[in-house]
Amino acid sequence: MALLNDSLKQHLIDSLRKGIRYDGRVLDEYRPIAIERDVTRNAEGSARVKIGDTEVIAGIKLMVGQPYADSPEDGNLVVGVELSPLASPDFELGPPSIEAIELARVVDRGIRESKAIDSKKLCITASEKVWVVSIDVCIVNHDGNLLDACALATLAALQDTHFPKYNGDKVDYSERTTKKLELKKLPLLVTVYKTGDNLFVDPTPEEEMCYDAKLSVTTVQNGDICALQKGGEKPITQDDINLMTDLALAKAKEMRKLLK
Amino acid sequence: MQLVNIMAYTKRLDGRKSFTELRPIEAKAGIIKSAHGSAMFRIGKTIAYAAVYGPRELHPKFMQDPKTGILRCHYNMMPFSGSGERIKPGPSRRSKEISLVTKNALLPVLDLTDYPNAVVDVFIEFPQTDAGSRCAGICAASIALADAGIPMKDLVAAVSVGRVDDKIALDLDYQEEAYEDGPVADIPVAMLPSTGEITLLQMDGEISKEMLMKAIQEVRKAVGQIYEVQKKALKEKYASNAPIADVESDIVDTGVATAGTAGNTSGASGAPQAPDLEALDRELDEN
Repeated sequence: MALLNDSLKQHLIDSLRKGIRYDGRVLDEYRPIAIERDVTRNAEGSARVKIGDTEVIAGIKLMVGQPYADSPEDGNLVVGVELSPLASPDFELGPPSIEAIELARVVDRGIRESKAIDSKKLCITASEKVWVVSIDVCIVNHDGNLLDACALATLAALQDTHFPKYNGDKVDYSERTTKKLELKKLPLLVTVYKTGDNLFVDPTPEEEMCYDAKLSVTTVQNGDICALQKGGEKPITQDDINLMTDLALAKAKEMRKLLK
Repeated sequence: MQLVNIMAYTKRLDGRKSFTELRPIEAKAGIIKSAHGSAMFRIGKTIAYAAVYGPRELHPKFMQDPKTGILRCHYNMMPFSGSGERIKPGPSRRSKEISLVTKNALLPVLDLTDYPNAVVDVFIEFPQTDAGSRCAGICAASIALADAGIPMKDLVAAVSVGRVDDKIALDLDYQEEAYEDGPVADIPVAMLPSTGEITLLQMDGEISKEMLMKAIQEVRKAVGQIYEVQKKALKEKYASNAPIADVESDIVDTGVATAGTAGNTSGASGAPQAPDLEALDRELDEN
């Protein structure tokens, strides 16, 4: 979709270096964000997030499964991201691409490392049965900044997740109980991009081809950082990290208002 | 289970007033901006998204046909969309079969001879299902194909009809499919609304030949309603898109030009032109 010839790409890079963006936004400005909850009734929790024309749906299924041998009292968390060919001509059928795997792992890291979900509370019978929180994020339309959208949709869906009925033997998915999945923290992910000396957020697909480095920063309410992922082919300096995390924190604070 | 008279299905379980009543239908064209054509089709709690990409070059190359473009359909349920456990992502035997019958349901209205060696890809995804998903997928796909400006001689409308106990019921939901107090048959049907020709027919369950013929007759009566919703979705998209749009909508404009010629199969028109809503209207109505 984002087909850039060399001269247009150079033009975009030059513009970004001057602080001018492809669609006229200021550097630290997100496109409009819309969050809609409970978009699919068959999931125990779900949310649709739109950032501009990017649209993703996150769905949570709660299943009863076996704990891992090294953590017999902890429930499991599984995150999958599907880059369906529905969402972009660049996505292809087949096993998850490396891009999808990275998206899923970075989203997973934020939730897991912030300990937003108390995994001990997911234990039903130690060493035997625990709740498995299965998060799937499906991309409906790709128009840039998938990672921030996936992470936000995941949080919005988790906020609205109810346990299904469970009688000790079988899960009855036809009925949701009033028991909510407790979310102790809101680990919000913001990816900050760097081109030249300028930092910007929420890139379009064209801008995603024009950055030197990026840093995905997941932060919780009190400002602590719980996950990081650097991307891009160029290095960043300590000063960059300082500025990038500051920007991520400021943006996360704004975004958090949307989640309440 | 409940205080119901065994062997008597007298009232629809979801409260619909008659056995020929469809669940509420809603459709929207152009929901996925990255696609050449796209649509959402919702019937009751079943929601289908369809995106069309192409005509574009077909890979792998050995599949290319120098005489015509080909159609590929991909049916997929999102992992959280089913009423029970999580669905493992990726193709299953079921989804592969449905993809095949979906392709066969849509192919008769298409003429892809103008696109040698090319492919038209249709991706159908479901965020939420409550029976009737293959039919909803076909309805969405057919709107999306028209939205993409692929030459078509008709839209395709699909709905399932069934037998629940001694009644013929249109558009079964999951509860009805799972009815246990009497025999059930589920018959997904896709039809060309203008001619009544059938492009998809499957059945599982038990039914007599007489009942089957009656059931198909009910579909013939009902496809008109679906067809109207499909046409409305297309008209609405181009009504809201009519003024000179932004740079990105070049493809969309071409789509309008060819969607306008949906009534004939003489091929796609070349240059983008302003949408001629009246012509689209007329042509759709003629069908």
